[in-house]
Amino acid sequence: MTDVANQPLETETTVTISVDGAEVSVAAGETILTACTKAGIDTPTICYGPTLTPVNACRVCVVELDGSRTLVPSCSRPAEDGMVVQTDSERVRHSRKMVLEFLGSGVDLSEADDLRAWSEQYGADPTRYGPAAERMNEDVKVQDDLYVRDYDKCVLCYKCVEACGDDAQHTFAISMAGRGFGARISTEFDVTLPESACVYCGNCVAVCPTNALQFKTEFDLRQAANWRPEDQSVTTTVCSYCGVGCNLELHTQDERIVKVTSPNDHSVTSGNLCIKGRFGWQYVHGDTDG
Amino acid sequence: MADLHLTEARASASEAAAIDAAIGNETAVVVETERLVRGGTARRHALRHLLLPALHALQTESGWISPGGLNHIAEVLQVPPAEAYGVASFYEMFRVDDPPGHDDDVVHVCIDPACRIAGAEDRIAELEAAGTPVHRSPCLGQCERPPAVFIQGRRKANSVPADDQPFALPQAGDPALRLLRRVGVVDPTSLDSYREHGGYEALTAALAMGPDAVLTALTDAGLSGRGGAAFPTGVKWRAVRDASGADERPAQKRPIQKHVVANADESEPGTFKDRIVMEHDPFALIEAMTIAGVTTGATRGWVYIRGEYPQATARLENAIAEASAAGLLGDDVAGSGHAFHVEVRRGAGAYICGEETALFNSLEGFRGEPRNKPPYPTTNGLFDQPTAINNPETLLNVLPIVLDGPDAYRAAGTDGSPGTRLFCVSGDVAAPGLYEFPFGISLGELLGAAGGVTGGADPQAILLGGAAGMFVTAESLDLALTLEDTRAAGVTLGSGVVMVFGPQVDLADVCARIAEFFRNESCGQCVPCRVGAVRQHEMVVELGAKPISADQRQLHDDMVQVMADASICGLGHTAGSAIQSAFDLGLLGGSR
Repeated sequence: MTDVANQPLETETTVTISVDGAEVSVAAGETILTACTKAGIDTPTICYGPTLTPVNACRVCVVELDGSRTLVPSCSRPAEDGMVVQTDSERVRHSRKMVLEFLGSGVDLSEADDLRAWSEQYGADPTRYGPAAERMNEDVKVQDDLYVRDYDKCVLCYKCVEACGDDAQHTFAISMAGRGFGARISTEFDVTLPESACVYCGNCVAVCPTNALQFKTEFDLRQAANWRPEDQSVTTTVCSYCGVGCNLELHTQDERIVKVTSPNDHSVTSGNLCIKGRFGWQYVHGDTDG
Repeated sequence: MADLHLTEARASASEAAAIDAAIGNETAVVVETERLVRGGTARRHALRHLLLPALHALQTESGWISPGGLNHIAEVLQVPPAEAYGVASFYEMFRVDDPPGHDDDVVHVCIDPACRIAGAEDRIAELEAAGTPVHRSPCLGQCERPPAVFIQGRRKANSVPADDQPFALPQAGDPALRLLRRVGVVDPTSLDSYREHGGYEALTAALAMGPDAVLTALTDAGLSGRGGAAFPTGVKWRAVRDASGADERPAQKRPIQKHVVANADESEPGTFKDRIVMEHDPFALIEAMTIAGVTTGATRGWVYIRGEYPQATARLENAIAEASAAGLLGDDVAGSGHAFHVEVRRGAGAYICGEETALFNSLEGFRGEPRNKPPYPTTNGLFDQPTAINNPETLLNVLPIVLDGPDAYRAAGTDGSPGTRLFCVSGDVAAPGLYEFPFGISLGELLGAAGGVTGGADPQAILLGGAAGMFVTAESLDLALTLEDTRAAGVTLGSGVVMVFGPQVDLADVCARIAEFFRNESCGQCVPCRVGAVRQHEMVVELGAKPISADQRQLHDDMVQVMADASICGLGHTAGSAIQSAFDLGLLGGSR
C-alpha cells in the first residue's frame, strides 16, 4: 500500500501574497506567518508552536491585512492569493506593543527571555498601569520531584493544554479553567498533579514560553542561584529505554544532566518524550540515592 | 473501563440519578479493542454536547459542581475531568468551590445599569438584611421591570418572581405591529391559539414557494441581522443552502448535517426583546426556524437560550412538543417530506456565549471561547457543519416577508433599513418596555412614545446599543434610528437597546459598572480583551468623577485601540466603546 497522503503532488499548488511590498509564494494551506518567515521577516509569537495547532490567543503575531477591518493572526490565517499584508505598520506595532505591555503588567516575565526582548523592541512600558494593577498573584506549585508550576509566570497561551491534550499526549490532565482575568491552567478542582491524570511526560514543560512550567532540576538550581545556561552543553543521543528511537538532547551543567529535551523537528518525537526519556536519567550519574 | 483517570470522589446516589436523568439513555460506548488514543478522542466528542445539561442537573441537585458529581459526568460522557471542570468553572450559574449555604436557592439580583439606577443595591440590602444571601448578577434581561431578580432553584425549577405579574405590552392593540402583533394577544401555550392568529401560514407559504423563492424574498426585502452585526440574512441562508461541505473539509468524510441555531443567549445589558417574544409568542420562533430549516436544507434546529429565562424555556419546550405532536416538526414537516427537529439548550450565565462561535463551543460542551474566523459558520458552524445562526428577532421577520412579500415588508422603514425594529427602552422613562417601530423613528420620538424622560427633563445621557454600544446625549434626539444614520453618526443600534439616564444619575458609577461588566464577562482567551478589560476598569474606578489627564486619556485610547484591532471577537472589539464615548462626550473624565 502506498501512502497517498505523503506523496508529493505532481503540481503543488502555491499561493502568492504581498508581504510589506514583496511578493512571496508559499504552498496552498500555509499561513501568513510562513510567508513572513520566507520573506525573511521575524514575527513575534507566544502561543504559536511549530508542533501545535494554532489557538491564536496571544495576538502578538497580528498583521494588517488589506480589506480586513481588524488585524489578523498571522500564525493561523491561511495565505490566499492576492493578499496584501503589512507586518510593520503603525497599527501592527501598536497592537504588538500593547499585548506585550498588558502581559508585562500582570505576569512575571523575568524568565521569559523572548518576551522581554520583544517588549524592548516594541517599546512596551508595563509601568504605565501603576503599582495597583492586578497581577496573576499565584504561588509556586511544587508537588513532586519532576516539575514545578509557577503560574505567576503564566501568560495563558494554552500551549501546555494543547501538548497535554489533542496535539501530543492525549492525557488531558490540565485545562483552562475559570474565566477572564481569573482564568488559570488547572487540573480538575486544582488537585495536585500526582492526584490528576498527569503521566509526567513533561511535554507541557517543553512548550512553555515563559518558564511558568520548569523542570525541578532547573528550579532548584535557580533557587540556589546556580542556573547557568551559558555554561551548559547539549549532547544529542538516543533514548535507551525502548525501541522507538527518540532523540534526546541532554543539557548538562557541571557534568550533570539538568534538563532533557527532544528536537521539534525530529521525525519520531516532534519534541515530545515520555517520563522515562525525559526523567529517567539518574542512573547516568550513578547516584545511589536516585 | 476507559482510559480516563478519575480521582477517588464518587457521586451520591441522588447526584448520579439526576445526572443520568438529564443525559437520558445516552451512554458512551467504549470498545476495548480500539486504539485508545483515537477511540478516546472520538468518545471525548461524541456525547460532549450533553455536558452542559448534565452540569445543570448536578448544580440543581447538589447546589454546586461536586467532585464526585463531576467524576460521574466525566465517566458517563467520557469527557476528561479536567476539561469538564474547565467548562463548569466558565459559567456564572455553576459553583465549583463548595460554597457555604449551597443547600439553598441562589437569589440573583441584577446590578447592571437599568437595575442599578432603579435601586438594585437597596433591594440587595433588603434581601441580605432578611438573611437571604444574594448573588450580584450581570444583566438578567428584565430591564423593563427593575431591579431584576432571578432565582436559581435547589432541587426545583429556576424561577423569576416578576413572571407572576400580569403582562402588558405598551403598544398592545396597535394595528401597525408586525413582530409583536400576537404578543399579549395569543395564548402562548396553545398551538390552536397560535393558528387562530395566523400561525403556520408562513410555513405553508414557504413550502409552496420553495427554497429559492424564499431566499430571493429575504434578499429583496433587505432583511439584516438584528443581533448587532446587521449581516444580510438572505446571503447567510443562501450560503448555508449552497454549502456542500466537500470543499471546506476535504479530510473529513462525515456526511453533511446542516443546522439552524436561534441565538437566544440574549445577554447584552439593556436587552430583553427576545425574552418577551419567546415568552409570549414562542410558536413564532419555532415556525420561523422551521422555515429556515426547509430553506437551507438543515434538519436540526437548536434554540440556545440563556439560563436565566425559565419561562421562555418552558414555553419554547411546550411549543416544540405541540408542534411535533401536530406533525409540524419531525421527520416529515407538514407532509412536505422535509425533516426538521428542534431542541432547546440552556446557557449557564456567560455573556460571551452570545457570540456565535462561542455559542457553538458552549453547545458542543466546550468552554464558551470564540473561534477565530474565518472559517465562518455558514460552512463550519455547529459541530463543524454548515449552520444558519440567527437572532430570534431576525427569524421573526421571516414570517411577514414570506407571507406578505418583500414589497409589503419594505413599506415600513427606509431604503437602507427596511422593516421594523424592536427597541428595548429602559431606564429613566415613564413607560419602559418593548416597542416596535419602523426604522427611521427618531430617538426623541421613541422616548416620547415611552412617555418621555422621568421628571420631564432632558436626559443626561442615553446608552444606545447596550454596554457594547455608545452613549449619546440630548443633542442626538433628532437622530433617525436606522442602520445608515447611526453608522453615519458613529454609533450603533446594536441589539436595540435604548437606556435612558436622567439628570440625577451618577454616570461615573454607571461607567464603572459597564467596565466591570466586561472585565467579568471577557472569556479570557485573548490577551487584548482579558487584560485590557481589567486595565480599563481599574482606570475608570480610579478616575471616578475626576477630570482625566492627557496621559490617562492616551493610555485609554491605546487600550481601546488594541482591543478593537487585535481581539478575537466582537466582545473585545467593542468592550471599550461605551467608556470611550463617555470620555468623548465629557460625560466622564470631563469638566461637566
